[in-house]
Amino acid sequence: MGATKNSLEKRGFFDKLNNSYYKPEIYAAIGLFGLSIILSFASEYFLTANNIINLFRQVSLNAIIACGMTFVILTGGIDLSVGSIVAVTGTFIAGFIKSGMPIPLSILIGLAIGIGFGVINGLIVAYTNIPAIIVTLASMSMARGTALLYSNGYPISGMPAIFKEFGRGYIGPIPNPVYIMIGIVIFSGIVLTKSKFGRHVYALGGNEETVRLSGINVKKIKMMVYVISGTLSALSGLILCSRLGSGQPLSGDGWELDAIAAVVVGGTSIAGGRGTIIGTLIGAFVIGVLNNGLNLLNVSPYLQLVVKGIVIIGAVFVRAGFAKEK
Amino acid sequence: MENILEMKKINKQFFGVKALDNVDFSVKRGEVHILIGENGAGKSTLMKILSGAYHMDSGTIKFDGEELHISNPHYIQNKGISIIYQEFNLIPEMSIAENIFLGREPKKKTGLIDWKKMREETKDLLNKLELDVDPKTIVKTLSVAQQQFVEIAKALSFGAKLIIMDEPSATLTPKEIERLFLVIKELKEHNVSIIYISHHLDEVFQIGDSLTVLRDGKLVNSLSVTSTNKNEIIKMMVGRELKNTYPKRSSKPGKTLLEIKNLSKKNVLKDIEFTLHEGEILGVAGLVGSGRTEMARAIFGADSKDSGEITLNGNDLKINSPKDSIKNKIGLLPEDRKRQGVVLGMSVKSNISLASLERVIKRILINGKLEQQKVGHYFDILKIKAPNQDVLIQSLSGGNQQKVVLAKWLFTDCDIFIFDEPTRGIDVGAKYEIYQLMNKLTDHGKAIIMISSEMPEIIGMSDNVIVMHNGEITGKFKREELTQEKIMTSAAGEVN
Repeated sequence: MGATKNSLEKRGFFDKLNNSYYKPEIYAAIGLFGLSIILSFASEYFLTANNIINLFRQVSLNAIIACGMTFVILTGGIDLSVGSIVAVTGTFIAGFIKSGMPIPLSILIGLAIGIGFGVINGLIVAYTNIPAIIVTLASMSMARGTALLYSNGYPISGMPAIFKEFGRGYIGPIPNPVYIMIGIVIFSGIVLTKSKFGRHVYALGGNEETVRLSGINVKKIKMMVYVISGTLSALSGLILCSRLGSGQPLSGDGWELDAIAAVVVGGTSIAGGRGTIIGTLIGAFVIGVLNNGLNLLNVSPYLQLVVKGIVIIGAVFVRAGFAKEK
Repeated sequence: MENILEMKKINKQFFGVKALDNVDFSVKRGEVHILIGENGAGKSTLMKILSGAYHMDSGTIKFDGEELHISNPHYIQNKGISIIYQEFNLIPEMSIAENIFLGREPKKKTGLIDWKKMREETKDLLNKLELDVDPKTIVKTLSVAQQQFVEIAKALSFGAKLIIMDEPSATLTPKEIERLFLVIKELKEHNVSIIYISHHLDEVFQIGDSLTVLRDGKLVNSLSVTSTNKNEIIKMMVGRELKNTYPKRSSKPGKTLLEIKNLSKKNVLKDIEFTLHEGEILGVAGLVGSGRTEMARAIFGADSKDSGEITLNGNDLKINSPKDSIKNKIGLLPEDRKRQGVVLGMSVKSNISLASLERVIKRILINGKLEQQKVGHYFDILKIKAPNQDVLIQSLSGGNQQKVVLAKWLFTDCDIFIFDEPTRGIDVGAKYEIYQLMNKLTDHGKAIIMISSEMPEIIGMSDNVIVMHNGEITGKFKREELTQEKIMTSAAGEVN
């Protein structure tokens, strides 16, 4: 009798899991947990306070960008320009500060330039028929080129201490960027789940024509998600520039891939319409823990790339496999 | 006649809910077997089990004397069972021949595709169906009816002994339906069995040999068509007797609400003019392709127009998008539920509140409780069959999805509703509920423009009727003077 009851309960748990809206997120979280356990055995350094704090700081920038990417991917789009926007924002801010412009103004104008690329993405995607992957591929190239042109290809350094403090400092034991990440995650989560705009984002990814016929301005929403993505990338550019104490035109290279990886590992459908910010945060940590752990284990950076690729495919495969079962 | 298909004691549960409960279903060789039942009765589930899209929990399936262990759609195709879904499985950008031989193209010795042979065989198949089109024609340029024949041709090319047709007549014109029936009779003569899923009771008697009725996942009865009648079938379907198909209209059209003048769009619409009054149901009749939907979309702002004045309560309106239209309290229930009505990946609740989110917002955020409560109101009125509001709409049957879309539009609280085929794919019982709802709306002074391809619905529900042909209004009738013949002549293009 006891055994029967037990097995029933067990089935109940998996049934619940399988029917849960958060199924992909739960699987990603289980993966993250498993990965962490393995690494804590493989490296004695992994679970130290120092490393954990370090890990959070490493993850924070990618997580911020990935939040913006989540908005874009939920509508069925993609934004390849995020890494280049990081570079162009940082480079301009550093350049302005170096030229003697007041720091707040430098930051504002620098951010505006980064966000400007998001606006361009949004305008073209919303008002033409050019696919997002092409539009953002082009702006990825333009933003990177602009950063290189402006800086002549060299890092711009020599930032005042007060500016560097923003990206390097701590409040209590926790680095500043981590607070910003937490703020962005909470804010994005609320916007997506609780606001009218967020609901429209999901619906747009599910069925654009239905959304349009429901009296919703589809173009405005498309436009907005790229502006959000551009804004969060520019914010990351600012943080990175401050932390490094220099504006580097080659920074943020390949970050679009890490952001997209975080989003899809976290359970967001690349076709749009389904996904959560919490999933993206978990996804960002999966990527981050992997990077961090493999570094600790002295795995060659080349091999790290291979492993990361395998994990991305594996994560999505597991989910697709389960989805098929239904 | 022997049974070609025997499904015995089929059981299927979804998340603890019984979708099929010990259902027996058998089809004789060379007969047309009608499968009928309300939305959510289990017809689709049963057919999806047969097609390999779902796995049954228990039961046995015997086909042509052999027990089947269905694992995937490919398996049954090779056994000689073909399914033609409402949404065709054709690749729109490919030719007819390519579609028919997709994945099994005849090859030459060199390994390259033998185009000549492929086209000749396709031509033969099309000739069998008396469909006179070039096998090289790209599928998306064909009419819906022609595409359906291509599906049938594809089934025949697999040597199908049993063809399942899921509401094949839903999107066809009366003439095309006639052709379809001829083809079905032809197939019968070649000893092909047909399972025909339908909501149209008239069709049962036109082409059916046998009939199986499902209700709430259970088999109600399986019998020969000649031994029953329409009322008896309805009673079996809904489990009670349905006295009237249409409720009585009590409201009378009041003052003028909406006026449309010289609405035109090149090659689509020509000089559309009509008036809509408070409390009126204005029926729009016409054949498929006569411009009814295009007119609705132009008024609603979903498509552009070349000219046209829209006056609401005496004020000129400028409508350039659905947003403008809804702001002026004009709503459109679109004809294509899947493509234009629902967001499949969202919950029932989110679908219903989609067009009216500002009404469930407190301060700046959506209030979950308020949404639940307001949506719940429409959920109850429309008697949507779903475990709760939070299930994904894709898990609902077609008719219930349609009710969700209706609920969405009711929630917008518009004054004017354009309903494009509001009861398509909906069963008898639910239809009556929707008609009652339309009466209630007009009792409250709202007005409805109802586009429908079902003549009895037009006659049964409209206060006034306009008939369209080739983008023009060819007839306007008051309720008293309506007859089926008058509508038909106008629909055929003769101006009244």
